[in-house]
Amino acid sequence: MKSARKTETYTATQNACNLCAPLGAALVFKGIANSVPLLHGSQGCSTYIRRYMISHFKEPMDIACSNFGEKTAIFGGGANIKLALDNIRRQYHPDLVGIATTCLSETIGDDVPMFIKAYRDANPDEDLPALVHVATPSYQGTHMQGFHGAVRALVETLAEATSRNERPAVNLFPGMVSPADLRHLKTILADFDLAGNLVPDYSDTLNGPLWTEYHRIPPGGTPVAALRATGGAAASIECGLVLADEPKTAGTWLQERFDVPLHRLGLPIGIGQSDRLFQVLSKISGKPVPEKYTARRGRLLDALVDGHKHLNGVKVALFGEEDLVAGLAGFCGEVGLVPVLCATGGGKGRFAQAVHKVVPERYHDQMQVMEDVDFVTIEKALEAIDVDLLIGHSKGFTMSRRLQRPLIRVGFPVHDRVDGSRLLHVGYRGAQQLFDRIANTVIEEKQKKNAVGYTYY
Amino acid sequence: MSSIPILEARQAQIHQKGTQPFEMDCGKHSLAGSVSQRACVFCGSRVVLYPIADALHLIHGPIGCAAYTWDIRGALSSGPELHRMSFSTDLREKDVIFGGEKKLAAALGELIDQYRPKAAFVYATCIVGIIGDDVAAVCRKVEQEKGIPVLPVHSEGFKGTKKDGYKAACDALFKLVGTGSTADIAPVSINILGEFNIGGEAWIIKKYYEQMGVQVVSIMTGDGRVDQVARSHGAALNVVQCSGALTFLAEMMKAKYGTPYMRVSYFGIDDMAKALYDVAEHFNAAPEVMARTRAIVRREVETIMPELNRIKCDLYGKRAAIYVGGAFKAFSLIKALRYLGMTVVLVGSQTGNESDYATLQDMCDDGTVILDDANPLELSKYIIEKKADLFIGGVKERPIAFKMGIGFCDHNHERKIPLAGFEGMLHFAREVHNSVTSPVWQFAPARAAVLESKKEVAR
Repeated sequence: MKSARKTETYTATQNACNLCAPLGAALVFKGIANSVPLLHGSQGCSTYIRRYMISHFKEPMDIACSNFGEKTAIFGGGANIKLALDNIRRQYHPDLVGIATTCLSETIGDDVPMFIKAYRDANPDEDLPALVHVATPSYQGTHMQGFHGAVRALVETLAEATSRNERPAVNLFPGMVSPADLRHLKTILADFDLAGNLVPDYSDTLNGPLWTEYHRIPPGGTPVAALRATGGAAASIECGLVLADEPKTAGTWLQERFDVPLHRLGLPIGIGQSDRLFQVLSKISGKPVPEKYTARRGRLLDALVDGHKHLNGVKVALFGEEDLVAGLAGFCGEVGLVPVLCATGGGKGRFAQAVHKVVPERYHDQMQVMEDVDFVTIEKALEAIDVDLLIGHSKGFTMSRRLQRPLIRVGFPVHDRVDGSRLLHVGYRGAQQLFDRIANTVIEEKQKKNAVGYTYY
Repeated sequence: MSSIPILEARQAQIHQKGTQPFEMDCGKHSLAGSVSQRACVFCGSRVVLYPIADALHLIHGPIGCAAYTWDIRGALSSGPELHRMSFSTDLREKDVIFGGEKKLAAALGELIDQYRPKAAFVYATCIVGIIGDDVAAVCRKVEQEKGIPVLPVHSEGFKGTKKDGYKAACDALFKLVGTGSTADIAPVSINILGEFNIGGEAWIIKKYYEQMGVQVVSIMTGDGRVDQVARSHGAALNVVQCSGALTFLAEMMKAKYGTPYMRVSYFGIDDMAKALYDVAEHFNAAPEVMARTRAIVRREVETIMPELNRIKCDLYGKRAAIYVGGAFKAFSLIKALRYLGMTVVLVGSQTGNESDYATLQDMCDDGTVILDDANPLELSKYIIEKKADLFIGGVKERPIAFKMGIGFCDHNHERKIPLAGFEGMLHFAREVHNSVTSPVWQFAPARAAVLESKKEVAR
């Protein structure tokens, strides 16, 4: 297996395969009940990120900004944070404001925790929203660091040593998955009769119904009370194969501070990784896996067998966030798809190892694993190898068009289809949908290329 | 309906015609925490320069600014498509400490060798000045080495508003103007400024002018080319669209080259026709130009009229809200909507100035809400209160309309359909019609009551 990183020698980034850290943090804060994300930086930071996320989620996306001006850059952003917090409170009456920094505020050295303390001190008699700060300089890591950093900041700021409930509670840190995934995970927790602290949970806030009246903040999300309760949970589950090696996460903090046992799994994509989640939940709850899921697993395996010939040996290229790609690579290995290229714009030096772990060894010599790469590099690599399908987000369309290979859209962003929020990746049901979509695409390609026009496949 | 609060500090930027003395407190830096729909200085520069298709556009800074503007607009090119790539120096933590000049020089060298552009624009993002990079010096050095213009764009996000970004882009363009040959430029010739060829709009406009017998020397910047910009000072007239994005350049060209300029709009039948007649009038020494113009307008209007008339029947009496970047576009949209038989109940812009708002005030009916630099809550409040059937805006406004069951027409840079020109008016009418007449609104809870009450009135 070959692996490569871009930053070994410097080259410009051409068509990035990652986004900046504040986006990930803003997404997390959108998943907290009655919360407003606040980016501490230039107006463009919030506007570009809002626009980018709206094109995917197709939902209102209010993200505030402290809106630096020239003077702010000289004198610091303290006054702007204060004014922004005042205005957010007046307009939105939030339970929580999630403050994420940007390259600008980090570079001038703003001390946001101090600003927050000053704000609290200046408003001693008022019922303030929870104020959570995460450092997300855009020059460090990708949107995934912003995402995981914000999740950690939430529990670090709010978790309390509450007494363990009679109904065992579990903290589930699902990683950056779709609203449909979050909804499915919540159902799974409920079916195990577990009280779940799902952090974040933008299943409703970013995939809600039409409204009868205007909501300043869309309903739904992880309640602040649930964030506080994370300290008293029976266990934490953290999803992400690359994340699993991260020394400082929400899960490790709860383990160190409150002795909450931590289970570090991959994203529950495919059979093996989903099995692990169900086993852990079964262990935590002391209940067997509900029949609904064993039956669903059974039907999934039946479908895999029925369609196995369509997929076995088909070469796929995977790209996107490190944990998503690693999860998908594992699934590919289970159904005979050969992940000839696994690429991510992030990775932090641990990506190849994570992919390695979940893909059967017999595929390794056919695989190329690239981290910290951009789309121009990925496309160049693909030109040199034989590949049948691309699996990744919408930004791979340009490449898919030039290479004339179909793109199966997963993850974020999905800017050129209507169902970004509804794509399901996790659990047996997610695996079923992935399998169906991939197999149907393979059949469709065969039909397109075949002159006879067979109606049976 | 729970009432949506309006911030006190925002009240001087929101007016309802006929209810109070009109004085718009505009042109201000956006209020922190107000959730402005505006972007930043960088955005302004990027919007203006983006469509120049044979130039390298390198964004100097951390990855975000480049990632969010990759292939973001439907600005078409008839040839090279280098503008559709996203190039970034992708600064990392150690660059913030030690400076990014070396990476900038390396990136420029590498990309110029790889893509052979006709010029390079280097966009400075927020942190570039703060970490002490001398972008201009690096650009000068690379320019000497590579033999193409390498132009710094001073577009640090926080240094002003989007308008300052327009200015920075115009400054960069102005360095190219005057560097090319003006051979083969006729006396009856123009530059089309402020037209970005979204969905091929610039091609439509250019065709009209050429049919009039007017030579189009350059389009800035739709389907733009560096060589065209370089020789644009040879044109006899600058025709400037849009609320000022390229007015800065027109002013500079007037001062240095004596090129007169006029402002036009290509949206709606009246303004489109006026844009052609005004240019014909300018060249009245050649009377055949005006004769041809009349023929073109007649032909084009006759072509679109039958379908427009059918569409108008369905849209009569519907209520529209407009929130766009520049106020000049809003003027045209008001006229175009009125032509379709619709009423405008809300109009606002991100960057309008005092005289723009005075014009809007003159144009609007009593009771129309007029806003400057609005935010989602304000827009929601008024589209609901004013019972709008349609919202015209950009991607950020779309979900606000949809949640409340209101139709939407994208009139921003992401649209794929040309809305300018006479045929653009027809596309616009179809777009509006397509959204407003969809049966889905009957299922929208917030709209059901409004639609029902309108039916009652009709009966």
